[in-house]
Amino acid sequence: MNLLLVLPILIPLTAAALGLTAWKRPGLQRSISVAGAMALLVASVMLLAATNRGDVLATQMGGWEAPYGITIVADILSSIMVLLNAIIGLAVVIYSLGALDPQREAFGFHPLVHALLAAVSGAFLTGDLFNLYVWFEVMLMSSFVLLTMGSGRAQLEGAIKYVALNLVSSALFLAAVGLLYGATGTLNMAHLAERIGSADPRATTLIAMLFMVAFGIKAAAFPFFFWLPASYHTPPPVVSALFAGLLTKVGVYALIRTFTLCFTGDMAFTHEVILWIAGFTMLSGVLGAAVQSEFRRILSFHIVSQIGYMLMGLGMAGVALAAAESADESTAVALRGAAALALTGSIFYVMHHIIVKTNLFLVSGIVQRLFGTGDLDRVGGIWRTRPVLSIMFLVPAMSLAGIPILSGFWAKLTLVRAGLLAESWWIVAVALFVSLLTLFSMTKIWGEAFWNAMPPGREDPTATVRSDRGLRIMMTVVMLLGAVTLAIGFAAQPVFDLAGRAAKQLLSPGVYADAVLGGRQSSIPPVDADGGAP
Amino acid sequence: MTILLALLVAILYATGVYLMLRRSIVKLIIGLVLIGHAANILIFSAAGVVRGRPPLVPEGMSGLERPYADPLPLALILTAIVISFAIVAFTAVLVRRAWQEIGTDDLDRMNTTDR
Repeated sequence: MNLLLVLPILIPLTAAALGLTAWKRPGLQRSISVAGAMALLVASVMLLAATNRGDVLATQMGGWEAPYGITIVADILSSIMVLLNAIIGLAVVIYSLGALDPQREAFGFHPLVHALLAAVSGAFLTGDLFNLYVWFEVMLMSSFVLLTMGSGRAQLEGAIKYVALNLVSSALFLAAVGLLYGATGTLNMAHLAERIGSADPRATTLIAMLFMVAFGIKAAAFPFFFWLPASYHTPPPVVSALFAGLLTKVGVYALIRTFTLCFTGDMAFTHEVILWIAGFTMLSGVLGAAVQSEFRRILSFHIVSQIGYMLMGLGMAGVALAAAESADESTAVALRGAAALALTGSIFYVMHHIIVKTNLFLVSGIVQRLFGTGDLDRVGGIWRTRPVLSIMFLVPAMSLAGIPILSGFWAKLTLVRAGLLAESWWIVAVALFVSLLTLFSMTKIWGEAFWNAMPPGREDPTATVRSDRGLRIMMTVVMLLGAVTLAIGFAAQPVFDLAGRAAKQLLSPGVYADAVLGGRQSSIPPVDADGGAP
Repeated sequence: MTILLALLVAILYATGVYLMLRRSIVKLIIGLVLIGHAANILIFSAAGVVRGRPPLVPEGMSGLERPYADPLPLALILTAIVISFAIVAFTAVLVRRAWQEIGTDDLDRMNTTDR
């Protein structure tokens, strides 16, 4: 068993368990939490270093050979996602030391965060669809409690919507898993990749759509995103930041993984649907944000619109690959290149987005701390009193809108180039238009909260807020995440290469399947034509 | 038998969705529970229902003879039942807490976070 593969799951689980034993001692709990998050970061960097050159690592839990045992597998995409998970985990844990009220901390904030981190790592590393379902449930359970902790009226209302829609998604996911097992006789993703071609294509396309709906709800894609803007602005900002960075991206990861590895039989149809969903997701998210006037509500709608960009790459890649099959030699090569570039863009976008979005929510937490509200009508003049904070908002905000040199620009540039190469004209037009509206939203927050003076007749409450230790911790975290954004922007080439290698690996699923199944023929007899029923 | 189970799954899904579309949050939970049950029975029947053929290797043979009752879906269902038990317990507490805090069980009046 390869220890490196299980550490990103084991470390946060241990930290959560130890944190529970230190229930009555908040000081000790904090130390365990920070130490656990740091260890997770180290482990995930080591994991990425091990997979970086293109090896796919796999291990079977419980000593059973694949496809019987539960597979834990890491390729470059999984390793990148685990690393991002660790970065966000550490940032949020440290930020919470300065931001979180003692009541919520005493109700087990730290163990819950680590349970969530373990579940997210597990979802990124598992090679089995049912195991993915279990990690989703662990993740949901921790997020339910984090969301409702404190039980304010708004929090409970938001939680009911969040819980109900996510449980529907889980039920659909479970049904899809059952049908897929009935159709193919396996749930191991590598094994599925080998087998799904021999199953009835009508059944597999139907099951693929069911998975798309289930993961689409998790990812907050159009038209399933309504739970997100209804709930993400209700918990404390540090919890919103954690959710905004990680949860929807697990859905996006699941879509990218299953729709490059397993459901590639009818890409002209399935990935075209993804492309349409992507377009509508971008548009509806950004238009929803345009009418909002509260800091975190605007940011929540922008999560939705950004999810569209990530799905856009996946959709374009599939459509280009499907077109390449019927095209002549030279066009096919160009289209395959475009598909690789589109997936690269998606992965780059996820990397940039997770950092930037978490950072924006953390900034909103500082603003809320200073003014006691995130309502843009009651906030203003931060530029004059706190220029450093204003710049710390400007970096991720402009990156989100895609201003050149910052990380978001390179992500969008890659997607747009891939779109032009793949000749998906309309989605490129939508992406550019949405980008413009994103800039409008970000400048709205900038203008109302940072640049303009306080609205007349209102006293500036920040004059009485002293820079205490808590605020300094929050500022430090925000600056560090801002530095990561700048680093991705200025050193775009190595990051782009990394995303490119991950995309190339996704497009050659044979490597993944060989690593999991050990290159041998599977010993399970194939299912009967009628799906195993007598 | 498969037809009967398929009908049962359909009825459970229909009832579950109908209850979820009502305005009361209690009915929402019952609907969720029913949809979970429907998914479990779907898994059970999707893998094929076989009578009187336990998945045991007969004496003198080296492998299973088809058709046999596949135990794996049952293991999946068992896991799913345990998870849904925990989730339903949490949701019940959440609904009670929300009813205490908000003073209504009407979903249409829980719209302050949507505006």
